[in-house]
Amino acid sequence: MAASAAFDIELARELIDRRRSMPGAALPILHDLQDQFGYIDAAAVALLAEALNISRAEALGVVSFYHDFRRSPVNGRVLKMCRAESCQAMGCEELVAHLESRHGIHPDDRETGAGLHVETVYCLGNCALSPAALLDGEPFGRLDPDRLDAIVAGAKGQTQ
Amino acid sequence: MSARVFVPSDSSALSVGADAVASALAQEASVRGLEISIVRTGSRGLFWLEPLVEVETPEGRVGYGPAAADDAGSLFDGGFLAGGAHPKALGRIEDIPYLARQQRLVFARCGLIDPLSLDGYRRHGGLSGLTRALTLGPEATVEQVLASGLRGRGGAGFPTGIKWRTVAGAQADQKYVVCNADEGDSGTFADRMLMEGDPFLLIEGMAIAAVTVGATMGYVYIRSEYPHAFDVFSRAIERARAGGLLGRSVLGSGHAFDMEARLGAGAYICGEETSLLDSLEGKRGQVRAKPPLPAISGLFGKPTVINNVLSFASVPWILEHGAKAYADYGVGRSLGSQPFQLAGNVRYGGLIELAFGATIRELVEGFGGGTRSGRPIRAVQVGGPLGAYFPQRLLDTPLDYESMLAAKGMLGHGGIVVFDDSVDMARQARFALHFCAKESCGKCTPCRIGSIRGAETVDKIIAGRDRQKNVELLRDLCEVMTDGSLCALGGLTPLPVLSALDHFSEDFAKAPPRAAAE
Repeated sequence: MAASAAFDIELARELIDRRRSMPGAALPILHDLQDQFGYIDAAAVALLAEALNISRAEALGVVSFYHDFRRSPVNGRVLKMCRAESCQAMGCEELVAHLESRHGIHPDDRETGAGLHVETVYCLGNCALSPAALLDGEPFGRLDPDRLDAIVAGAKGQTQ
Repeated sequence: MSARVFVPSDSSALSVGADAVASALAQEASVRGLEISIVRTGSRGLFWLEPLVEVETPEGRVGYGPAAADDAGSLFDGGFLAGGAHPKALGRIEDIPYLARQQRLVFARCGLIDPLSLDGYRRHGGLSGLTRALTLGPEATVEQVLASGLRGRGGAGFPTGIKWRTVAGAQADQKYVVCNADEGDSGTFADRMLMEGDPFLLIEGMAIAAVTVGATMGYVYIRSEYPHAFDVFSRAIERARAGGLLGRSVLGSGHAFDMEARLGAGAYICGEETSLLDSLEGKRGQVRAKPPLPAISGLFGKPTVINNVLSFASVPWILEHGAKAYADYGVGRSLGSQPFQLAGNVRYGGLIELAFGATIRELVEGFGGGTRSGRPIRAVQVGGPLGAYFPQRLLDTPLDYESMLAAKGMLGHGGIVVFDDSVDMARQARFALHFCAKESCGKCTPCRIGSIRGAETVDKIIAGRDRQKNVELLRDLCEVMTDGSLCALGGLTPLPVLSALDHFSEDFAKAPPRAAAE
């Protein structure tokens, strides 16, 4: 799921054309592009603007408004870690500190973390089993340092 | 007939290994040459027991949990297919006090049925509400919803029937029904559970709204943090279409109604109804000034019913059993049932649907069994990131709209997050402002700038710099945010901040005081 293909402008055009006529097409198209390439390439923003008959500034404004849309590729897997109140009450900040001290991975910092990009999210709706995370869409509950270590090791193993 | 075994595929259950349990059970059965059929269900909402395996016996469904893949062998050894003994045996599910003490109206089927079987849904009483609405006709249906006292379960508590009546009375070539499934509050998961565990109930509720107000198209805006719910719900829509519940003629009534699930993109503000509408239109999810109300000019400028998942999902019960039966639950002007969600540092976290009026303490102690860490409860946040923190001495506050307001809090979407005595409430106040800054749509100044200045001011207070003066400044800023913000994000962020200041002032005074140096 995280394995993102290299950007291909023809494919991007195809994805945009597929949904351009649906009402309020911007978000569905952006999701398709990100699912395909792992991020929203600047060239795709221009195509999207043209297809939806909006200015590039408007299209970029939409992309930049939403936390989900990345503007540059991610190398490896994506772990979305919840850092909202329920997970705070169960020690998610200690898990973040563990990631930083043990693995040198800083959330939301693209430069750290071989094979594993950690993103901060606020709530995954798994609050009765906090701390919670999503690894490329796969849910984790009752996350602890050991399971986190295994996730990091698994992600590193894949990229080597 | 082969034994029927039920294993949830709710994403919380999956997060602690439900898939592995299901495959271990299937594997073990085939090794032993036993025929079993494994039905994947939603969750009962007893999350400390997940993965919770259930077996159908003549005495009813009996449970085993929390099950691990390693338990498969011993479960078969103990004869669990006939309800046999096992260290993890829980007896009849319905007799588990946590469940037996609830009033499950909306969540009656969740965890019980295969969420994607429309026949199963019908067999368990589904579609009776819609059938009744079609018999009653639009006016009488609106009257039922009004008389039930149902108020918006997303947090604002606006009477649902009034929204519906307004849209029904509006003249337009096109009307919409939009479901707000952007459940972003920490400590809430009821919408997710329902979409994963009983999706046809939401579809039925929206269909009732559509035939009542004359809308032909619906959208369900589901947050991207819920990929599993989006997937299940999208498949449910397809099956509803195939089964004649959606399409050109809803249940053969001649009313056309179809719907589409749309994915959000990680913006908390899109849970605010007007931001959500802009986002659905493909724009930045920025708040609109009201008026005009969405009921007059909503999605694409057309009259729109926009309600939370739980509001729509309450309507089929109301139509089936009558407004009066619903209004018999609850207290004062908070009528019916509220699915509460118990989370954070709590032993028994889960979904607790009760009539309005239970106290915070009854939930966190009576149901929750205190903290998971075993330390004393210090603070309980009710209503998500914009809700107040309650100290021990206020835990007897009843959980209804008016009592929460009187206690300077709000019920919100019914999320309850427990903290033990290791919590630093000054940090929680700072987080509330930081969260607001990060999630502000940027449209109005009190929210966009106020949240940033507020977080800086809390930092100064924590550091001991001109504490008295900065506390006054923070209170003043909170007043500006409350009065001057365009929507609830900026307008309610002061609730957690001020409740922390009011009830836990000692946490703001840990550092030795310093005069302003710079």
